[in-house]
Amino acid sequence: MTSSVIIEQLKREKILDLLNQGKRIDGRGLHDQRPLSIEIGVIPKANGSARVKLGYTEVITGVKIQPDKPFPDLGDKGILICTAEILPLADPKAEPGPPGEEVIELARVVDRGIRETEMLDLKQLVLIKDKSVIGIFVDSSVLNTDGNLFDACSYAAVGAILSCTVPKYEIKNDAPVLVEGVTSKPPTKTIPVSVTMARIGEYIIVDPTADEEACMNARITITTNSDGNICALQKGGSDGFTVEQLFKCSEIALSVGTKIRKQLEQLM
Amino acid sequence: MTQLMNENGIRCDGRSIDQIRNVSIKVGVLKNADGSAYIEFGKNKILAGVFGPRDVHPKHMADQDSGILRCRYHMSPFSVTERKNPAPSRREIEISKVIKEALQPAVILKDFPRTVVDVFIEILQADGGSRCAALDAASVALVDAGIPMRDMVSACAAGKVADKIVLDVNDEEDKEGQADMPVAYMPNLGKITLMQLDGILTPNEYKKCLETAIGGCKQVYEIQKKALMEKYFKNGEA
Repeated sequence: MTSSVIIEQLKREKILDLLNQGKRIDGRGLHDQRPLSIEIGVIPKANGSARVKLGYTEVITGVKIQPDKPFPDLGDKGILICTAEILPLADPKAEPGPPGEEVIELARVVDRGIRETEMLDLKQLVLIKDKSVIGIFVDSSVLNTDGNLFDACSYAAVGAILSCTVPKYEIKNDAPVLVEGVTSKPPTKTIPVSVTMARIGEYIIVDPTADEEACMNARITITTNSDGNICALQKGGSDGFTVEQLFKCSEIALSVGTKIRKQLEQLM
Repeated sequence: MTQLMNENGIRCDGRSIDQIRNVSIKVGVLKNADGSAYIEFGKNKILAGVFGPRDVHPKHMADQDSGILRCRYHMSPFSVTERKNPAPSRREIEISKVIKEALQPAVILKDFPRTVVDVFIEILQADGGSRCAALDAASVALVDAGIPMRDMVSACAAGKVADKIVLDVNDEEDKEGQADMPVAYMPNLGKITLMQLDGILTPNEYKKCLETAIGGCKQVYEIQKKALMEKYFKNGEA
């Protein structure tokens, strides 16, 4: 056994030991999030941007808005595309190259949260039906990893969208042309908030760190909207949940989500 | 837009709100695989093949203390209306991951260190709910391969269509309905091993939807058991 394996095992035992006493390794309560800071407007060349720190997990998201062709079966809606990437500078284990399954899942869960809550009214982004629409591209880059990339990327993406300004395009000779100096607010309808929980033994903890993720049995991410509805969900990890645990998780997601939503609302 | 439910609560394919589509499973359909199953779930036609425990390639993936599970969910180019590019899409990679994580709690690979169990799933024809149907076939194929398991994994979706919570969402309902919640469940251990949601549900609808989906999983479980009995206990041996 190498020394790092032994350290991992000791950490795991300590985390479990503390949970049995109702405590976490960084002193938080089981349902407490780490301190969250959201700074907007950090990239002036983007139409919207946000830098999020959730404990030591750090993410920057930029929104670019430009005319595009609609998806063939969705000619009456603008385009929304959310991506996510773990930069090689974020983690000694991260490597450049095509995204692995974890990164693809991360991007798709962030996208699902924003899409399924119907945060943006995409029908308002059509220039010519079936031909030309406005595309909103939300690209998140993880700068430092310490667990719960789902929520950090989601808050950064939502913050960047809330703070963005949409440039105006006019149709001239069937082509979209930028109208200089005219912008509008994004057509937002609700604020999605994702809350990720880990199950370690019988305990449900909110916002797991990397050390906690290393010893979790299973994970769940629940995204709620401003009306208190549940809109998107993703279970992960190599074990399961009981029905009672999942009911409890939905209640935690709603109550923790309310606090985060207040913080996001102040960005508008 | 097609009408998803008529005034008598009958759905566009003639089912009631708590009825699953026709499901049939056949075990041991591939000669070369260590275990296999073919499932028809509504219009879904899916093959699952299991290989292993066998040597791991690439070697660095091997775990010294346990066997590992790998999963590939793949759609044939001819499985959907518009031809699908045969290269794995981001959707397929994500589904492969959640299916693997749904099967992991059931399989016991501790006794096979440095080996891999590969689960290959091919969607020959896709209808709504292909990930659940794929899981149902994969789980039976793992049993057929003789992999030690804690429980079966049975999967079924529930959703919200025309403001009602319905069991087993089909393709039209998935595209035009209000919510789709695929769930996988270990029926004897009472554990949910896969859960996703697209769409808007109130907290009460969320609870009802989950319970409805689990009811569907239990129905699928009976069909899975029957399919295995047909192969292994055909001549009345118990």
